[in-house]
Amino acid sequence: MALTDVTHDAQDFVPAVEVEEVELYHPKTWLGKYVFSQDAKIIALQYSITAMAVGLLALVLSVLMRIQLAWPGALSFITPDAYIQFVTMHGMIMVIYLLTALFLGGFGNYLIPLMLGARDMVFPYVNMISYWVYLFAVLLLLASFFTPGGPTGSGWTLYPPQAILPGTPGSGWGITLMVISLVFFVIGFTMGGLNYVVTVLQARTRGMTLMRMPLTIWAIFTATVLALLAFPALLVSCIMMSLDNLLGTSYFMPAIVSLGQQLDYSGGSPVLFQHLFWFFGHPEVYIVALPAFGIVSDLLSVHARKNIFGYRLMVWAIVVIGGLSFVVWAHHMYVSGMNPYFGFFFATTTLIIAVPTAIKVYNWVLTLWRGNIRLTVPMLYAIGFVFTFINGGLTGIFLGNVIVDVPLSDTYFVVAHFHMVMAVSPILAVFGAVYHWYPKITGRMLNEGLGRFHFWVTFVGLYCLYYPMHYLGILGVPRRYFSNVGPNGLPDFIPDSAQFVNIWITIAAICVASSQLVFLYNLFASATRGKPAGGNPWGATTLEWQTTNTPPTHGNFGKELPSVYRWAYDYSVPGAEEDFIPQNVPAGKNTGQAS
Amino acid sequence: MVLVIILILLVVGSVVFHFLSPWYLTPIASNWGMIDDTLTITFIVCGFVFVAINLFMAYAIYKYRYRKDRRAAYEPENKKLEWWLTAFTTVGVIAMLAPGLFVWAKYVDVPKDAMLVEAVGQQWRWSYRYPGADGILGTVDTRNVNASNPLGLNPDDPNGQDDVLVTGPEVHLPIGGPVKMLLRSKDVLHDFYVPEIRSKMDLVPGMITYFWFTPTRIGEYDVLCAELCGSGHYSMRSRMVIEEENDFQAWLQTQPTFAQMLAGTGSASGGTLVEQGEQLARDQGCIACHSLDGSASVGPTWKGLVGRNETLIDGSSVLVDEAYLKESIVNPSAKVVKGYAPIMPPAQLTDDQLEALVAYLKLASG
Repeated sequence: MALTDVTHDAQDFVPAVEVEEVELYHPKTWLGKYVFSQDAKIIALQYSITAMAVGLLALVLSVLMRIQLAWPGALSFITPDAYIQFVTMHGMIMVIYLLTALFLGGFGNYLIPLMLGARDMVFPYVNMISYWVYLFAVLLLLASFFTPGGPTGSGWTLYPPQAILPGTPGSGWGITLMVISLVFFVIGFTMGGLNYVVTVLQARTRGMTLMRMPLTIWAIFTATVLALLAFPALLVSCIMMSLDNLLGTSYFMPAIVSLGQQLDYSGGSPVLFQHLFWFFGHPEVYIVALPAFGIVSDLLSVHARKNIFGYRLMVWAIVVIGGLSFVVWAHHMYVSGMNPYFGFFFATTTLIIAVPTAIKVYNWVLTLWRGNIRLTVPMLYAIGFVFTFINGGLTGIFLGNVIVDVPLSDTYFVVAHFHMVMAVSPILAVFGAVYHWYPKITGRMLNEGLGRFHFWVTFVGLYCLYYPMHYLGILGVPRRYFSNVGPNGLPDFIPDSAQFVNIWITIAAICVASSQLVFLYNLFASATRGKPAGGNPWGATTLEWQTTNTPPTHGNFGKELPSVYRWAYDYSVPGAEEDFIPQNVPAGKNTGQAS
Repeated sequence: MVLVIILILLVVGSVVFHFLSPWYLTPIASNWGMIDDTLTITFIVCGFVFVAINLFMAYAIYKYRYRKDRRAAYEPENKKLEWWLTAFTTVGVIAMLAPGLFVWAKYVDVPKDAMLVEAVGQQWRWSYRYPGADGILGTVDTRNVNASNPLGLNPDDPNGQDDVLVTGPEVHLPIGGPVKMLLRSKDVLHDFYVPEIRSKMDLVPGMITYFWFTPTRIGEYDVLCAELCGSGHYSMRSRMVIEEENDFQAWLQTQPTFAQMLAGTGSASGGTLVEQGEQLARDQGCIACHSLDGSASVGPTWKGLVGRNETLIDGSSVLVDEAYLKESIVNPSAKVVKGYAPIMPPAQLTDDQLEALVAYLKLASG
């Protein structure tokens, strides 16, 4: 066994530092405990509830879009303008305000201190401010629905010139509020993100070496670093576009005749915005995907009662994917008018990412191999994630390979691909994580039957929804269309039968969307009526399951912080009494290892 | 157990769907069959991986399902296996990337003798320009765009005088020879997209983009906009007509040159007043935003328009008569109907053209 961190030996125990622990500041009022809380666990819940609430709105928007596509004109308030406003708000909310906030602000806050054996984040006050700035950003976003002209309809990519010209809905108030909201989001995230990074690097408990951290933490840590490096590109592009819009600069605006009117811009480059946007936008994909990778690795290992296969390679894959994600951005721009010779470079870097990504998939499947697989609800979701991620990852190879992308770009193939890989699979990971950690958060189990029902409708429904959509794209149906019927009717290349696919997709979408009500009911009802969970219902090794109280109280652990003696994956160790050995158990009796 | 069956069903179902799907690539009309071939290679490699990994996963879930008396194996890593898998994946990636880059090299290499055709986009219609007898496109500047010079040609450039301008809704191309499409936008991003041609490219204001192809099949194809360009994006359409060289030349002769357009000759279209109006409604792009059948669109429908009482955005109401129609064509932002954005550009028409368009509007109103 060549893994240095797997087995215990006398040298790898780090003695306690000779510094007295400083008592945490414990809040005394209800307001300080639950509203203006500095406890990472409460902040995590605040982030999660806000993100899910605004995500519900985005879900409703997507159902409205699907109704328009399946039965055009059925809902008379969905005008062409309203449709692209829904498209824009749905995308923006889901990517930034739901997934980014939930994975980093939600799971990051809850799990980082607990899994590393820390009392809290290292800057609790900044952590609290981070949430309130995020909430303000969400409120600004929602406010744009009530402005003259409504929210922006420029697509979540916010491309100028159209984002700030009158031919696009929300080109006045809408886009301005959107941009200000994003600026506040980035500010809030930066406060949180610095916190997560410093906590991981500085606040790990005794014995918790980097190579003993659970993959969830490795992934959230790497995603946070990516976000800290990527969001500034979004920030500056937003600010520069606002200057173009409000002060008449021409960063992204060339000479333009808009709707018969000569405008006072000249010399700017719309493609420059796209480079800045996707320099943020591509790492953003991994900001969402990496935490899902990490969480799923841990769920598979716990519920298969087997160590994650190839831990060190998994860590390196996360880091390599994170690094490479900064040199592939222009694969979103193959047909944008940039120099076509860039295609050679970006196609090559993009397909190189397939290698570490494939390694992760192999290792997940090999973790199941020779395991003792308990098909609990979290495990079902983890397997659902692997299945949909394989599908979405493979279609990424189509779009990354520049020449194959040309016919497929801007069609429903792209929509199906990015939903499969960055909506379906991450949200399945989120659900798996919620079912997995809910017992720790509330002390009660979620209802198993409802959980299974929710899983089957969500997993099978989403796959049946997005798989056929790829074929509309291969046929050539363009995306972001209010209706395929143009001034001359349906284009010749779209057969009438394509409408069956649209109706099928919409019915699946409505089923999946309504089944989320079951999930919400389960969340609320189980908090008071669920089966008591105990401290460690899954028999997991990581530190959050070893707390003295469940739910953990302020300060997480008891009088003394745990010491870590082993990696996070000591499941089914030969000779050990139980089929798991918690990280804070030293070698000795019951572990099958000599002390 | 249920999970294993469902996973297998999803895998088998996906493969069956792929082969039975009536929704697949359109019949190709250009030389880019090689793009379809790389797509097929990618499908074969990815399809194999998809089936193999998922079936293996389903098998593992079945074989190692939970048993009270079973204990999982303890196997932190297996270097040899990990190396093999990495090597195998690398080979698969190269098998897809190499042909892809090979075709891309051809794609970016425009033949020297390619015929030049320019497509110009604006919200929400297409126009085209051919280089004329001298084979050279005259210089352009967005600043030159005005009512009598809608494509912004440089009036002092002799190369531009014989350029043939097509403001109507069709672009014609001769079959068999390479075509270099030069793309230019007057306002926002657009994308010139004909599914049967396979290649597409964005139009970016402030720069000229391009792609090339050789038309190989006679026929008419829809031109769509594939880059979100605002309210009327979905209805920004045109037609591409691929025909024999002779037919193409005959058609080209009927289109006005820049010089003729400046002189106000050459756009003499025949037909009755209503027919001229119908032609104008298409050429000017009116019907991209105004539906003829009463369906919701970017602007008010023309069906039942005349004689309707419309409420305006200031709350007042107006009876739609000939005077209101004329005012709204020439000065659209004066009286905007409630529920619609004031985004219609003023039309630059002669008095005769205005009469023709209004005559057609009355007919379309029904």
